[in-house]
Amino acid sequence: MIMRREILPLSIFGALAVLPLLGSFGSDAFILSIVARVMIFAIAALSLDLILGYGALVSFGHAAFLGIGAYAVGILSAHGIREAAIQIPVALFVSALFALVTGAISLRTKGIYFIMITLAFGQMAYFFGVSLAAYGGDDGMTLPGRSLFFGYDIAASERAFYFLVFAFLVVVYAACRTLVISRFGRVIRGARENAQRMEAIGFSLFSYQLTIYVIAGTLCGLAGFLLANQTQFVSPAYMTWQRSGELIVMVLLGGLGSLNGAILGAAAFLLLEEGLSHLTEYWKLYFGPFLVLVVLFARGGLMGGFKRLTGTGDGR
Amino acid sequence: MSLTLLYVQTLNGLQLGVLLFLIAAGLTLVFGVMDFVNLAHGVQYMIGAYLAAMFTALTGNFFFGLALALPCALLFGLLLEFFIFRHLYARDHLDQVLATFGIILTLNQAVKVIWGAAPLSVPIPEIFSGSVVLMPGLLYPVWRLVIIASGLAIALLLGLLVTKTRIGMLVRAGATNAPMVSALGVDIGRLFMIVFGFGAMLAGFAGAMVAPILSVEPGMGDNLLILTFVVIVIGGIGSIRGAFIAALLVGLVDTLGRSFGPSILRAFLDPAAASQTGRALAPMLIYILMAAVLFFRPAGLFPAKK
Repeated sequence: MIMRREILPLSIFGALAVLPLLGSFGSDAFILSIVARVMIFAIAALSLDLILGYGALVSFGHAAFLGIGAYAVGILSAHGIREAAIQIPVALFVSALFALVTGAISLRTKGIYFIMITLAFGQMAYFFGVSLAAYGGDDGMTLPGRSLFFGYDIAASERAFYFLVFAFLVVVYAACRTLVISRFGRVIRGARENAQRMEAIGFSLFSYQLTIYVIAGTLCGLAGFLLANQTQFVSPAYMTWQRSGELIVMVLLGGLGSLNGAILGAAAFLLLEEGLSHLTEYWKLYFGPFLVLVVLFARGGLMGGFKRLTGTGDGR
Repeated sequence: MSLTLLYVQTLNGLQLGVLLFLIAAGLTLVFGVMDFVNLAHGVQYMIGAYLAAMFTALTGNFFFGLALALPCALLFGLLLEFFIFRHLYARDHLDQVLATFGIILTLNQAVKVIWGAAPLSVPIPEIFSGSVVLMPGLLYPVWRLVIIASGLAIALLLGLLVTKTRIGMLVRAGATNAPMVSALGVDIGRLFMIVFGFGAMLAGFAGAMVAPILSVEPGMGDNLLILTFVVIVIGGIGSIRGAFIAALLVGLVDTLGRSFGPSILRAFLDPAAASQTGRALAPMLIYILMAAVLFFRPAGLFPAKK
């Protein structure tokens, strides 16, 4: 049974690992950059799934962390600091700080008010980005190049960057897996099932929920760092509320509260977007109804379908 | 000069507030009565503007266009309710967010396919064009005054409708406790449909009224939708009175903050820093307002649910 559960993550990561080795198809820079983009958003979706799926905290401002991570790269690069060993800690620290402050306020509210207050903080971050006139304002800024790792420009080639993102994804996935099966993760899941009962047996949920919120924000900041590096461009557009909505869509599309689902959801979303937009300029005309149909008829997203197919109980 | 500017901006803020109220009224009722998060409500506003633009171009008269656009907006809202939304009422908020997000994507794109990506413009009706002198040195466009007046009139009518009529009583009762209203023998499905259609029509009306002063373009409802959510959350979900007060508050704070924020800050900071932080802070003001309101009153100013 345990082995059977590992089939899906092993095949996902196996496929991602061998892709660049598959002859001319795998070494195509275009393919590599799309899949790297999928993996970056998979990290963001994984982080959102921690709070959305496991914590039942519907954050509608998660894209703010993508922006914070990206701006950490952009602003530091603009001042000549292109060293990832400095950029990454700054990106993570600022994301964590933003999550701590906004989380502490947001978690006072429940349900729809939580959705709206996280949206409000997301919008604040967006407008803050727009107001950064020195760093491109509304138009954003182009980076001088990808970040340096200990002084070496090792992420410059698409293939090297691909493996870098892959390594980050593996680490983040492993960390999230460890987190959700730990005692801490069980408390968070308990709060999702019945918050009142968890309080009654003596857990102070606020501190648990704030912790998971900060962890999720920090991990998404990492995704922002990678995203800025991939596109070599930073703009407030990373932080629009539509982008937060897309992150939610990815998690739901894959299946809530299932880390494998978050990766599959990100892949499905971005590949559909890419595929449809090649076929027709009006790809959203088909993608929108698809989302509605998923909600109406395919509950549990891709993982729900996968579980029904394989008969595995809960795919965590 | 600065005082004139203050009056003009106050009127502009009032106009934005009235507009927000027209959209928020439907949204807060749908939300309060049916517990349904409708992100696609901003699309109704956009559809209203497009319908008005199309019918005005066809008939050559804005008022004929408006008269044709309103029933169409109503019909469109009812169709959406019948085919999609009514299957989502029993779902959790997350499913509703996802499905209505899908509808936004679809309709924004559909509008582009039907009417083209280029913004449409609608001429201001002849008799209300031009400006009027409100005070010496204070010129104000007549059409904006018409928007304010019609918005206030509708707010008044809506207030009477909600507080004085039987259907209004049912709506208020529904916002407080929908299952109880249903248990007392009211056809809650029909009530939902009426509220939904009416809300869609009000949003469409708002879109039609601003069509002459804004450019009618795909996605025009998206950002206004977020402002509307800010309004209904500040006002308290399900409360028309709360929506009205919060709409005016948000409209005024946003407009005045953007135009006077930097100069007020100049009293405390040096000019360069003041204009920099002023520009940064002004668009954030309403979100700060909302976060502050929720911090002190986690269910808004006038919560309908007890």
